Amino acid sequence: MAVQGERTFRDVVIESVGEEIFDCYQCYKCSAGCPISFDMDLLPHQIIRSVVFNQKEKALSSKTIWICASCETCTTRCPNEIDIAKVMDVLRQIQVESGGEAKEPRVPVFHQAFLDSIKKTGRVHELTMIRNYTQKSGDLKEKLKSGEWKNDVKLGMKMFLRGKLKVMSPKCEGVKEVRKIFKQAAEHKKK
Amino acid sequence: MKVSFFPGCSLEGTAREYGESIEAVCNAIDIELQELSGWNCCGASSAHATNEFLSIALPARNLSIAEKAERDLVTPCAACYSRFKTAEKALTGESPVDVEIPFKGEINILHMLEFLCREEFAEAIGRNITTPLHKVKAVSYYGCLLVRPPGVTHAEHCEDPGGLDTLIAKLGGESVFWPYKTECCGGSLVLTRVDIIHRLNSRLLDMAREAGADCIVTACPLCQANLDTRQEEIGAGKGIKYNLPIFYFTELMGLAFGNQGVDKWFGRHFVDPRPLLEAKQLL
Ligand code: SF4
Ligand code: SF4
Repeated sequence: MAVQGERTFRDVVIESVGEEIFDCYQCYKCSAGCPISFDMDLLPHQIIRSVVFNQKEKALSSKTIWICASCETCTTRCPNEIDIAKVMDVLRQIQVESGGEAKEPRVPVFHQAFLDSIKKTGRVHELTMIRNYTQKSGDLKEKLKSGEWKNDVKLGMKMFLRGKLKVMSPKCEGVKEVRKIFKQAAEHKKK
Repeated sequence: MKVSFFPGCSLEGTAREYGESIEAVCNAIDIELQELSGWNCCGASSAHATNEFLSIALPARNLSIAEKAERDLVTPCAACYSRFKTAEKALTGESPVDVEIPFKGEINILHMLEFLCREEFAEAIGRNITTPLHKVKAVSYYGCLLVRPPGVTHAEHCEDPGGLDTLIAKLGGESVFWPYKTECCGGSLVLTRVDIIHRLNSRLLDMAREAGADCIVTACPLCQANLDTRQEEIGAGKGIKYNLPIFYFTELMGLAFGNQGVDKWFGRHFVDPRPLLEAKQLL
């Protein structure tokens, strides 16, 4: 048990997702319907268990929290109304704030590239976002080495020829307000 | 009828034909789409996966603009829709989150499919059908966020939704039953875990084929892009040529309405639907 007054990892999660998490009877329904379970190191019901038992390291160092596709199947089917998809979100948020290395490092790099794009123009410019992601994730280096880049160029060309690549950056009149939201968000931490 | 329209980031890029067909269909049935002025990106998965405040405040700004305009807000993207409905719940629920952006919840937030399936447009849609889609055998693909979680979307039948199926039948096509109406396409993992995207979409394509469908109908830019642009490489990896056109539902409406733009829309697809439609004498 934690010292009184000190918030544990479990408390932080409960604050966002509610006390329902204690109703989990490990029925496995969330894991049975999860489309990504085949590649997870902890199944969704095990993630819930690790939170209930306050096993912070175990939960945060999992690959699961990063490859969960947020499809909401688990939340929809849980007989005890536990918002498992939201638990995944909260764990990712805590992990990002902790600054530690994620088990699946490319996923948070992608999220950062996506958010940087919004911060810059108020909207996502697919082309710039993809370029930033491939550079920062090491994807570009790897693809240059393996020759994979040729396929990407081919895909890009096909997109372009079909008029599906917007070359110009979008313009959003509200970009100043959007940047203010980002500033406020930086002050809202989980801890 | 006039509504606020939130196109979302992909409508000018990867989902261009979705935007074009929406415009054509709405014109035909006298719906005026007023693009939400100064809209910003909803934040998608990247916001809710990393910062809770951001995941509510980014969509909240759009909701607030729409409420000031005093018109319902319609969006064609299932992901944007989901973020809006989640923000609506967070801002107007029992213990509202304070993001310093005013929103009282006085407008309706609708996905384009839900909006066009409203009873009030049924007559106009029926009147516009000049080319019934006879012999088109389609499976409806709703994906995840249009219906889930029901506590956010209020979808009546989140495991077996029906709006898209009813619409296909109304357009004269055959809506084929399949069990993967709401299975996941992998959405946001598209750049980071292509292997997962392949696996999930390969399951979808296999099931559609087994069900006897000759095309898949979608209502989301992410689902359509995953199934269409990745189809050839998925098939190549298994020695199969799927050749399953992936339509936006508004494209099929435009086709049934005899719209002149169809050729341009279909030309943007990776899996060209024109041979199929020609074989069925619909082009
Ligand atoms: S479905 Fe709900 S009750 Fe069952 S194991 Fe998952 S979280 Fe626990
Ligand atoms: S939201 Fe995540 S954990 Fe839940 S079913 Fe979907 S992929 Fe699995």
